[in-house]
Amino acid sequence: MASIAEAVNPKPSNETPTRLAVRRFSRSTSGKIGLALAVFLIVMALLAPVLRPYDPTTDRNYIERLKPPSAEHVFGTDNLGRDVFTRVLHGSRISLRVGLLAVGISLLLGTLLGLLAGYFRGGLEVVIGWLTDILLAFPSTLLAIAIVAVVGPSLTNAMIAVSITQIPVYIRLTRSVVLSARELEYIQAANALGASNPRILLRHLLPSALPPIIVQATLSIGTATLETAALGFLGLGAQPPAPEWGAMLSDAFRGGYATNSPWTMIFPGLFIMLTVLAFNLLGDGLRDALDPRALR
Amino acid sequence: MWAYTGRRLLGLIPVLLGISLLVFLFLHLIPGDPAVVLLGERASPEQVEALRERLGLNQPLPNQYMLFLRNLLTGDLGTSHFNLLPIRDQLASRWPATFELALSAMLFAVILGVPLGILAAVRKNSLWDNASTIFSLIGVSMPVFWLGLLLIYLFAVNLQWLPPSGRISIEGGSGFKLISGFFLLDALLQRRALGDVLSHLILPALTLGTIPLAILMRITRSAMLEVLSQDYVRTARAKGLAERVVIFRHALKNALLPVVTIIGLQFGTLLGGAILTETIFSWPGIGSWIYEGILNRDYPVVQGGVVFVALIFVVVNLLVDLSYALLDPRIQYR
Repeated sequence: MASIAEAVNPKPSNETPTRLAVRRFSRSTSGKIGLALAVFLIVMALLAPVLRPYDPTTDRNYIERLKPPSAEHVFGTDNLGRDVFTRVLHGSRISLRVGLLAVGISLLLGTLLGLLAGYFRGGLEVVIGWLTDILLAFPSTLLAIAIVAVVGPSLTNAMIAVSITQIPVYIRLTRSVVLSARELEYIQAANALGASNPRILLRHLLPSALPPIIVQATLSIGTATLETAALGFLGLGAQPPAPEWGAMLSDAFRGGYATNSPWTMIFPGLFIMLTVLAFNLLGDGLRDALDPRALR
Repeated sequence: MWAYTGRRLLGLIPVLLGISLLVFLFLHLIPGDPAVVLLGERASPEQVEALRERLGLNQPLPNQYMLFLRNLLTGDLGTSHFNLLPIRDQLASRWPATFELALSAMLFAVILGVPLGILAAVRKNSLWDNASTIFSLIGVSMPVFWLGLLLIYLFAVNLQWLPPSGRISIEGGSGFKLISGFFLLDALLQRRALGDVLSHLILPALTLGTIPLAILMRITRSAMLEVLSQDYVRTARAKGLAERVVIFRHALKNALLPVVTIIGLQFGTLLGGAILTETIFSWPGIGSWIYEGILNRDYPVVQGGVVFVALIFVVVNLLVDLSYALLDPRIQYR
């Protein structure tokens, strides 16, 4: 028996789950690249006011309109003579904040509803399941657009709309984990010991749902960034003159200078892509590290 | 199978009711009197009152919903307040454009994505495999609207190979008769303007098809890898079958199940993503119509468009589920 156990798991040592996860993550190429990219973007967002201490919305220079990239303006200038690099740099602050907040909202609400549905079952589960099915009956981009059409275009509303479209994923995920975990002995034991429902939900069931939720949340940051930028591009999210990347692309497209002065659209789009890519890669790496089924 | 189909259809009813309820509430959630929302701020009190009467807005909410539902079931989706045309007629004239675009995008994604995914799996860890992994990672991270602008910049503005917008040029359009509304089909039937129609379709289809292409490559690769590692494939190889036969006759069939699922699910997503692509390429489909509806505050258009797309989405997802049974006889439906 011992030899089989050794063959299956040559290092059954006293390695903690966290150490195991770190070791697995460090072997994932995509995870490392994603982490490096994400750190780069976060540092860039944090340092934006230091690197370019100008207001990206008012720093205009009408003589320098639509100038191609040069030593002075590495990403060129836009139709109002604003430095595209400064705007892209400050835009990262908006996109990262919105991505994190949107995912935070949907994660909190979705996980809570999923816990409740999986643990209490019955009518509550039916109602939550019904709401989930309805939200999933719309393509997510369309749902976000329709929500913004109701509440009106703004960055905050776009963020809320995007987070609503992502709630069902967390409900399903958490519910499925809870459904299988609630039958296990340690939950029955907690019940028998008289632990309160909130205690069982938060102290015992939530931790087992966390790894897949963390993976999903990381991947969702990319999706949320993409969808918020899409709403900004349609004029339904951040409004000009905010240096939000989607709104910058919208300016270039609607102003009719996107193709004559392509640097006005290439760089904001490139950074949307890099942000999404960073969190997709990071999510892949975390899945390798946290998901016991994804053995490599 | 039949019982399962019936149960799935029955299960659709609460979801469809939920969709209709959400879309009905849509009008009431917009701040202000729905009649004023529909007619615009400049409407006279008489006009507003007349519309309130017609829509039953003076009745209790449940009655209004029943009225809305009855109208929906008879296909009466109201009238656009912008151009005064019935929503139903506009939907009928616009959906072929969206379907033509979505089908072309999907075709592009399947024709390229499945073979490339197989190739990547068969030559695992080769240069080719790594290149396709990088491509698919970038592809799924690409903002559709950015890709569209890049393609327009490259192929329409710089190289001038392809037109940047619309479905047909003015010259091609003169004497072009609309038969089905699918321009490609109509061009074939009339034997005219085929090149013109095709050249307009290429860039939007590439734009819309790139994300599904990237996803299909990834899924096909991983499904193939999984199947190729199984015992029966080893047996097939061991009894001396040609590698070609092992891959195409033995492995591919079983690897296709997840691929078909993704094709179906992506098709629904395409319809949602079409809003961005259609807006960039001035493609006169459902997506750009909904978008114009939002900009014009033409809420019946938004309602009708959203209901239509959600309905298609639900039906496509159902068909995907049902196709499991046909593709994989091991799956038993209780």
